[in-house]
Amino acid sequence: MDAEQFMVKSDQELWTRLNMDVERFKNMPPMLTQAYTNIFLNQKNRPKGMSYFNDCVANIHTGRIDELMAAKGEGKPVVGTFCVYVPEELVVAAGGICVGLCGGAQGSIADAEKILPRNICPMVKSAFGFKVGGICPYFQAVDFVYGETTCDAKKKTWELLDAYVPTHVMEIPQRKGARDKALWLEEVKEFKTAVEKVTGNQTGHDEIAGAIRLINDKRRALQRLNTLRHHNPAPISGLDMLLIEQIAFYDEPGRFAGKVNELCDELEKRIKSGSSVAPATTPRIMVSGTPMALPNWKLHNIIEKSGAIVVNEESCIGTRYYKDLIDESSTTVESQLERLTDRYMQIDCSCFTPNNERMSQVVKEYRESGAQGIIDYCLQFCHTYNIEAVKLRQVCEKEGIPFLAIESDYSPEDVGQLQTRIEAFIEQIQG
Amino acid sequence: MQLGIDLGSRTIKVVVVKDGVLIDHAVAESGFEPHVQSRELIARFTPSRIIATGYGRHMAHKHFADEVITEIKAHALGARHFFPECRTILDVGGQDSKVIALTQEGRVATFQMNDKCAAGTGRFLEMMAATLGFFLDEFGAAAAQSDQDVPINSMCAVFAESEVISLKNRGVPVQDIARAIHISVVDRLAGMLQKVGYVDQVIFTGGVANNFFVVEALARKLGVSVLVPSIPTITGALGAALHTGGKCQAGI
Repeated sequence: MDAEQFMVKSDQELWTRLNMDVERFKNMPPMLTQAYTNIFLNQKNRPKGMSYFNDCVANIHTGRIDELMAAKGEGKPVVGTFCVYVPEELVVAAGGICVGLCGGAQGSIADAEKILPRNICPMVKSAFGFKVGGICPYFQAVDFVYGETTCDAKKKTWELLDAYVPTHVMEIPQRKGARDKALWLEEVKEFKTAVEKVTGNQTGHDEIAGAIRLINDKRRALQRLNTLRHHNPAPISGLDMLLIEQIAFYDEPGRFAGKVNELCDELEKRIKSGSSVAPATTPRIMVSGTPMALPNWKLHNIIEKSGAIVVNEESCIGTRYYKDLIDESSTTVESQLERLTDRYMQIDCSCFTPNNERMSQVVKEYRESGAQGIIDYCLQFCHTYNIEAVKLRQVCEKEGIPFLAIESDYSPEDVGQLQTRIEAFIEQIQG
Repeated sequence: MQLGIDLGSRTIKVVVVKDGVLIDHAVAESGFEPHVQSRELIARFTPSRIIATGYGRHMAHKHFADEVITEIKAHALGARHFFPECRTILDVGGQDSKVIALTQEGRVATFQMNDKCAAGTGRFLEMMAATLGFFLDEFGAAAAQSDQDVPINSMCAVFAESEVISLKNRGVPVQDIARAIHISVVDRLAGMLQKVGYVDQVIFTGGVANNFFVVEALARKLGVSVLVPSIPTITGALGAALHTGGKCQAGI
């Protein structure tokens, strides 16, 4: 798609129906058009398969919302989620649609800070601000929000969010023993019942099996893509990979997996023919840490504009979302729920203590991706990831992995300082 | 002849090097249009190559510089010129403070910079000096006149200012407050150094290294010698002038 043709679409009639603050929101698509054009469309030698994902961005406030509204018209509930812990398979099995809600923009922070304290996580503030400001069509379209107790900022914000949109909370254990797994299994069962109450559909073995396959397929497609992008010279940029990982949370899963696989086919051809987005000498950086929700492209943009390439995201919006699959061989619902619980208990979020699995996972992904250094990204006030970075640094020192820890939010004010640090880190790994 | 230019938040520094020897330098305020200011500053030299560093390095690259390197690398090169064996560099400029650890061979092993916050920077000292009615170059001497411990708790430049104002209004002598401000900066810098780790001696560069009270208090606190180059402010520009890489920054 040419940069001139690209435009994030508007539909004021739809937004009015969704009871949004249209006067304010109408400025959003032109802003996003400009940002997307500058950051994504000006990249060199992008794969052709990215055109589908361009379309996803162009339709982010219109086409995809139309699909959600049409599904609602057929009686399918739309459920908003925030975290990789909410088992989307059960929503899909019950005929519902799962969408990850936005929480990656500076624009809604001021709305949130009218109510919430300032010194909490920018992702929580951004998401909350989108709802109270009426400036996110997804938030307006969802019937329910499923939240979880991964951190203090989230769990207490859900209590407040419930006044604006019904918010159900799942309790995430903080350790990984047998007791904790039992608790999580109970939570999963309760979640299943709650979803069924909303959808009005009882879900049996076949529905759950179908949903597990569908979401596994999506995760498998992302795994395949991530393996291909590790090739040197890189067939796709880190920015494009991040975008796809972000879109994974709101697109229709079957179609999405198909398009990701089509892109993978193209990347395989690229690798064979030696076509790439950056020469093989380009410094390769792996990003680890906290999620980058749409449209948070700040760190990747700085890294790749500084002459390096991002080759892996060890993040919730990244490998943490797709590295583990659910066993598909269960023959009973009880066993399906147990296998599902097993899979979700493998997620190595810093909310767990201890969380040593993550240390070895980071090193494993570093080796597999052929990276030359790790930039650990921590959202401001994310205490668990911030403290875990201390341990991660020690592990990296032991393994001889160059490591840079960065703490930032969505505001542009620290871009200059980040640029200096990142460029110096690139100089450091270049020797 | 190579020219290094360091476009900092407060001043622009230029150093000219020939066959690895520093032959001239110049310093000017950054002003409102740093690239115009820079051009005037470099006009009297005829270098074969210009290497830019500092906050304005990319703008310099756009207008006149042949190459850019970061302040981290520039300070490493500059400090090694004066102290060929050094392993630890502390640079405190107008808006950044950083600690750089070098390998034995002089490569950057790791570094740490202050978060987006003015505490522990030259700007912080400048603001506090103004709040207490001192010129910046007499601020260290004022602090040295006191031997009283008055704690300043605030980490934030903005809150520290209100803390200072309330100390003034409680009748605490300005010299005691000046000392407290210096100590709070030193504590913060020592914390950064302890986090990165330091070896034998610390090379202190940047404008704040001109403040003898900070230098002495830091040496006392860390129990190591803190060495300052003869003109600490030009270390970055010197490092840039000495740079003989050839790697150009280009976005992918």
